[in-house]
Amino acid sequence: MSRPEIARLAVGDVVGARTVTFDRAALVRYAGASGDFNPIHWNDKVAEGAGLPGVIAHGMLTMGTVVSLVTEWAGDPGAVVDYQTRFTKPVEVPNPGAASIEVTATVAKIDTEAGTVRVDLAVTVDGDKVLGRTQALVRL
Amino acid sequence: MANADFEGRVYPANAPYSVGREKIREFAGAVGATHPAHHDLVAARGLGYPDLVAPPTFAVVVAQRAESQYISDPEADIDFSRVVHADERFTHHRPITAGDELTTVLHVDRVVSRGAISMVTTRCEIYAMPERVEVPSPEADGLGEHVVTVTSTLAIRGEDA
Repeated sequence: MSRPEIARLAVGDVVGARTVTFDRAALVRYAGASGDFNPIHWNDKVAEGAGLPGVIAHGMLTMGTVVSLVTEWAGDPGAVVDYQTRFTKPVEVPNPGAASIEVTATVAKIDTEAGTVRVDLAVTVDGDKVLGRTQALVRL
Repeated sequence: MANADFEGRVYPANAPYSVGREKIREFAGAVGATHPAHHDLVAARGLGYPDLVAPPTFAVVVAQRAESQYISDPEADIDFSRVVHADERFTHHRPITAGDELTTVLHVDRVVSRGAISMVTTRCEIYAMPERVEVPSPEADGLGEHVVTVTSTLAIRGEDA
């Protein structure tokens, strides 16, 4: 797999964009894989009791999924040395159906001396931001 | 209201978590991480890693176990049914790979309540135990190599929020 050359990058370059979808099965799968069995991610009654419109996706599922755009571009998943986000709005997951999440990754900062590039991710559902200040620092 | 007395608390290193190949594959599958270094040993070794590489947020599995020492302590006064995740950050000193034996030191960095909302920030410092040790024990062998720092903030809504 080829890796991006830092000298050829410019701030504002779009690294990639895609739509990812989560259905209820994806939430159950993530619960099992991560060990986060909070019922607001699989039980409507509990979610409604907690003041939510219904079952919501794990924030960590969204955070963990959208970064693939960066690791694939970097050509090495170990190249992501720092990754952070804020959870700004819950992602409702209908039943039946699926939530559709739009992701765009853009080069935000280049540090040639350190050999690192900061890639910012814009993550929205129906135009609303669901993650804020989502930044991945990549060592190239 | 989260109990402010917990701010500044540091927990002793917990029992090690063994990072398995199938767990990495399972977690990678659940977050749609299709990069071959998560799934194929030859691909991971081709990139210079000793074994399968964990996805960037895999450390949450390890951190969550450590955080529960604090979150599920009744004295901490955290009503889990009213918790919302506010932010999360992973700082990797090196990537996690299969075969790592990870032990975590949990820090409660901040417990702040404003109005009906409490915010708690935890920091998990995660270390890999030295490989030679057959029965890893943080006490006997030191904490080992610093692998990743996981910082997490939870917001807990009070009854009126």
